[in-house]
Amino acid sequence: MTVDWRELVRASLPALALAALLAAIFWLQPRAMSYQGLNLLLNLSIPIVFATLAQMFVLTVGDLDLGIGGFVTFVACVTVTWLADAPLIGVLILLAAIGLYAAVGALIELRNLPAIVVTLGMSFVWFGLAVIVLPSPGGRTPEWLIAAVRLRPPGIPLAILAAIVIGLMGHLLLMRTSMGVVLRGAGGNPRAITRAGWSMLQIRMTLYALAGLMGVLAGLTLAGITTSADANLALRYTLLSIAGAILGGSQFTGGRVSPIGAVLGALVMTLAASFLAFLRLNPDWQIGVQGAILILVLALRSLLDRVAGER
Amino acid sequence: MAGLFARTGMRDWLFAYVGAVTVWLVTVMIADGFGAMQTLTAGLGFAVFYVLVATGQMFVIATGPGNIDLSIPATVTLGAGVAMSVMAGSNAMIVPGFLAAIATGIAVGSFNYALIRLLRIPPIIATLSSSFIVQSTAIWYGRGLSIKPPDALQDFTFARLQGVPVMALVAVLFTMAMAVVLRRTVYGRSVLAIGQNPKAAHLAGVDVERTRWITYTLSAALAGFTGALFAGFSGGVSLDMGTQFLLASIAVVVIGGTSVAGGRANLPGLWGAAMFLFLLVTMLNAAGVGSGVRQLMTGILIIAVITAAGGEKRGR
Repeated sequence: MTVDWRELVRASLPALALAALLAAIFWLQPRAMSYQGLNLLLNLSIPIVFATLAQMFVLTVGDLDLGIGGFVTFVACVTVTWLADAPLIGVLILLAAIGLYAAVGALIELRNLPAIVVTLGMSFVWFGLAVIVLPSPGGRTPEWLIAAVRLRPPGIPLAILAAIVIGLMGHLLLMRTSMGVVLRGAGGNPRAITRAGWSMLQIRMTLYALAGLMGVLAGLTLAGITTSADANLALRYTLLSIAGAILGGSQFTGGRVSPIGAVLGALVMTLAASFLAFLRLNPDWQIGVQGAILILVLALRSLLDRVAGER
Repeated sequence: MAGLFARTGMRDWLFAYVGAVTVWLVTVMIADGFGAMQTLTAGLGFAVFYVLVATGQMFVIATGPGNIDLSIPATVTLGAGVAMSVMAGSNAMIVPGFLAAIATGIAVGSFNYALIRLLRIPPIIATLSSSFIVQSTAIWYGRGLSIKPPDALQDFTFARLQGVPVMALVAVLFTMAMAVVLRRTVYGRSVLAIGQNPKAAHLAGVDVERTRWITYTLSAALAGFTGALFAGFSGGVSLDMGTQFLLASIAVVVIGGTSVAGGRANLPGLWGAAMFLFLLVTMLNAAGVGSGVRQLMTGILIIAVITAAGGEKRGR
């Protein structure tokens, strides 16, 4: 029975981290414990949640996506230009971008290339395309999108509702369907999956396309929140998304991922950033707090593993 | 011929040089033959910074899959800040300033290694988490730090011998020394052995942990040093001065022919790749394209080079 308990604590670490962070904020600033307070705190979380899920899909097959920050920026830049001025072309561009993501997955699989390097190259491509689409900061997000991210559902702030819905959908897809089992299996033991008759090419393309889709949603919601864009908008999303996914329990070895964990990890990263600003502390340490929390969670996880290993 | 290539490892880095020379020739053609040598020597000056950080990154990447130092940009910025405040614009303090930057790097590298060892997490995650903290420290430390670099340092970064940047000559000597370290010392051989198979290396008596520690410390120390030098070159510290080195350091290492799967590395390729990246920007500038197209082309070429150079063998 003791093993179950450790496993339980281990699995609930991201949730515990989130709870601890919220408790600290509420204790220091009781007014945050309100609809408006939570709205402010989690304002930026929706795009980060999407970007973290994108990263998680790529991690599923054991790859790492260094281009997601550039991709989200590109999508945001298209949103404030083409999608606003010529919606049909805008939609086509975004669909083509998802297709390109799948193509990158195919290239990595067919030529057996290191994903880190290819996605690194793609990050130059996306940032370059972002500058081409939007040479100087500005543009205007379509009104419907601004309205969508400003929705105020009764009782529960949009960011929390979105996190729950996204987390559950990711969970159902990856953890509860037979397709999810194959996708995760491809990360854990590609040879076994190939022997069982599945195409690694299709699997990698599917996962990259899913990552692209999540990236598009991240870019759309980010542009909705910021109402305009610039070519450096989501520069930090690459590292932030890796941090969120890892904090949520995903591992590099492939196959071991957790969509709900990733959502929680993204929320922790967002809260850690707004934490200092909310408390009017020196915002220079925002990134540092994110790093410290990540290290803390990883340390606890490693401690639990070690205790479990010693018995 | 093929045998010679295989023996000298030339096959690995030839690509980068062919790329660099091609891009240079196109640039010269666009400019109708004007400034051919100037382009090359200017490139050497800029390449120094890429090569220095990439040297550290290369040793890290050579130790095997999952080994990448993501804390380099933050360490560059912090090293620059520390060096500039120690130097405080005084020529007499240049050496202590560089030593302080290197010491900062050693501290960051040791911290990275401690995370990898104690938390048993993949190095990418360890260096990522520590980069968050180092970046914050650099921002906090560097805010309002508007110290000009000492004159002698600035003069050094622009000094030329027969038209060739002195800084580049020194850096070439340094990379030659590092090539000897990689090929001929116990440490260098250990790095490659671990990259090929850590278990076998351990059984063969390689001190895996010590080698890892030296490798991560070396990478961060070089990043700190580069920060100090770059601050001298660019006239001071800016909060995002390290950002470009994340992608650049990885790109230079990979285009230079070091295997991301580990166990295979070479130093000549770093110069070829750094020159390739710089000359590429020069070429696109000469062709009159904007920064967007420039980045786009850089990305496409990185992918083209890695695709042409071929992937790793299957079933590793």
